[in-house]
Amino acid sequence: MDLNYTPEEQAFRAEVRTLVAASLPADIGAKVKGGKRLAKDDFVRWQKALHAKGWGATMWPQKFGGTGWSAVQQHIFEEECAEAGAPLQLPFGLKMVAPVIMAFGNQAQKDHFLPRIVDGSDWWCQGYSEPGSGSDLASLKTKAENKGDHYVVNGQKTWNTLGQYADWIFCLVRTSSEGRPQEGISFLLIDMKTPGITVRPIIMNDGEHEINEVWFEDVKVPAQNLVGEENKGWTYAKFLLGHERTGIAGVGRSKAALKHLKDIARKETSAGRPMIEDTRFRDRIAQVELELMALEITNMRVLSAEKEKKAPGPEASILKIKGSEIQQTIAELQMHALGHYALPWLPEALDPAWQGEPVGADYAAPLSGHYFNYRKTTIYGGSNEIQKNIIAQMILGL
Amino acid sequence: MDFNYTDEQNALRDTLSRYIAKDYPFEARRALAKSAEGFSRAHWKQFADLGLLALPFPEDFGGLNGNAVDTMLTMEAFGRGLVLEPYLATVVVAGHLIRDAGSAAQKEAILPAIAGGERMLALAHYERGARYEVSRVDTAAKADGAGWKISGAKAVVLGGNAADTLIVSANTGKGISLFLVDSKAAGVTVRSTMTQDGGRAAEVRLDNVAVGQDALVGAQDGALPAIERALDYGIAALCAEAVGIMAALDEATLEYLKTRKQFGQPIGRFQALQHRMVDMVIATEQSRSMAMMAAVKADSSDAAERRRAVSAAKAYIGQQARFVGQQAVQLHGGMGVVDELNVSHYFKRLTMIELTFGNTDHHLGLFSDTLLAA
Repeated sequence: MDLNYTPEEQAFRAEVRTLVAASLPADIGAKVKGGKRLAKDDFVRWQKALHAKGWGATMWPQKFGGTGWSAVQQHIFEEECAEAGAPLQLPFGLKMVAPVIMAFGNQAQKDHFLPRIVDGSDWWCQGYSEPGSGSDLASLKTKAENKGDHYVVNGQKTWNTLGQYADWIFCLVRTSSEGRPQEGISFLLIDMKTPGITVRPIIMNDGEHEINEVWFEDVKVPAQNLVGEENKGWTYAKFLLGHERTGIAGVGRSKAALKHLKDIARKETSAGRPMIEDTRFRDRIAQVELELMALEITNMRVLSAEKEKKAPGPEASILKIKGSEIQQTIAELQMHALGHYALPWLPEALDPAWQGEPVGADYAAPLSGHYFNYRKTTIYGGSNEIQKNIIAQMILGL
Repeated sequence: MDFNYTDEQNALRDTLSRYIAKDYPFEARRALAKSAEGFSRAHWKQFADLGLLALPFPEDFGGLNGNAVDTMLTMEAFGRGLVLEPYLATVVVAGHLIRDAGSAAQKEAILPAIAGGERMLALAHYERGARYEVSRVDTAAKADGAGWKISGAKAVVLGGNAADTLIVSANTGKGISLFLVDSKAAGVTVRSTMTQDGGRAAEVRLDNVAVGQDALVGAQDGALPAIERALDYGIAALCAEAVGIMAALDEATLEYLKTRKQFGQPIGRFQALQHRMVDMVIATEQSRSMAMMAAVKADSSDAAERRRAVSAAKAYIGQQARFVGQQAVQLHGGMGVVDELNVSHYFKRLTMIELTFGNTDHHLGLFSDTLLAA
């Protein structure tokens, strides 16, 4: 056992750093580092740039165009991307629907959808949650009637992150009301341009349009868009959530956020002294850094072990719980570092084209909104309480 | 990075796990803690036979050339067994100190004797007034002819009751120096004391204790880095011991949740308790990660990097160990606070670990202060 990076891993880091610096458009990096609002095009340009280098889907198996990297290499890549100010590679296509298609989809689905995910052609959003089905996902009601060569879908999905840009949505739908609720669920891929689909914005607590609700009214979905078998969707859904949890630790991003926090704490002053010299505040930063140091190693331990088993296990729930708590704590400390200047709300300052005079420091505007927004992290992807249920049942046998 | 153990390390783990399960049962340990010396010389002999006492030493001095990860595996198993023998004091702290700072003659005289189980040592360093501050030493050594005369008092010297030789730190005017002192030498008073966790320590007084020039370990006036390094090995080892205990407490608590029935069902059916149990397991796994980091960095030649990592681990594990210990007691209900069950003994040992070689506040402060550097 050795937790030091090998010379090969250090060389790999240098290679990644060089390539990320060369590939990331400067305007996108500046927006991410400045906490500005990102447009659809920013995400797509970054995905296409990575794809051009063969790094569009580093986490995929090699036979589908992935890199076959070790857990450590994957970690280095994520860390370098975060450090450089690259936008998050959105998980909905790459880390959620793609693994399901790989594992349970037919050849035609693999051939059609996977290349379009990795090259940035298709933007995916998720269709899991419903207004009445949050943590109790299996109670979902959106109905798909089998009409032979197509399904007719009626119902409503919610919390569709960036669904306003989506070309496709993967949906859990009810195809049967027989047996246990889990037994009547199917996994459908739906073209967002299909007649009968309506997307309505939900404005988040930071005033931003990040999420949506999606309505389905007699939406005709070709039968060929069913993944796997009818009424077996719950199995695929759980498989997908396992994959979602692994990426969710966000260690690289939290390290970049922690660095930003320390920078802010050096610039902000209290009674004329930098906030970093305030022992009480510095100790709070130190405390979250300890959590993050531990999570960085736990993350790689879990992912290394999973690589041998080939599929994410319930241990990923640990990563989700700790990762989300750490993200929230850093966001909270960033906001508190601002003192008075945590109060002003300047949504216009998040516009990359805005040329106005900042209120307070130029880094201040996005931080409080970010704190409010990030309360989502312990709720989404299976709330942290659901994660604890998973650990209690799957690992501890309680 | 590599998260796998070597074949030798896996073999060491298996050996230790069998040894603790078979030869270190809780009831015998409980009796041993109350015995006059507080540990077993027969066990110590077995440790020697198993090679544990030789683990970190170079082959030239009868050692096995092990690293801090080997020590980690050993201490983790010792945590589970609540081992009472002064392994931390003799092998980990004093042993590393002699290995890294001793002269060739001192290594020749001491390391094989430790490895063979014939000699026990203890570092007599901390003092009452200094609390956890490693650089503060009021005990003084004055040049006296060809040697030195040492006077002062050392606080709660772990393993000091059984040590044949004390490694005493003393202020020598321009800095701190270390001296080998025979615990039976004239002017040395060793007052043995039981510790809360069944271990032993000693209050050590030195009144004009005469030692020769050959008693000096390492650089005159410049021993502080060697002391810090040896204590960092000790801290990394304590972190591993804590993880072994936390894992054992998690297992015991989980078993209790599955078997203890109230309101007509196992109490593990209650979600409040399930989530608490999950929090304990997460705390243990995160602590294990930190203990691994501390072990790997304890061997680092970069002192600043080593100290930062060790303080991080001690501060973190101190908090997590407190949580796991307290919750294991809570979930065991009344059975958690009685002497006859191992839970209370694990809890006490975890609590004392948090207070040893700098508590959580101390190490969080040290770690936090590193944030001031750019």
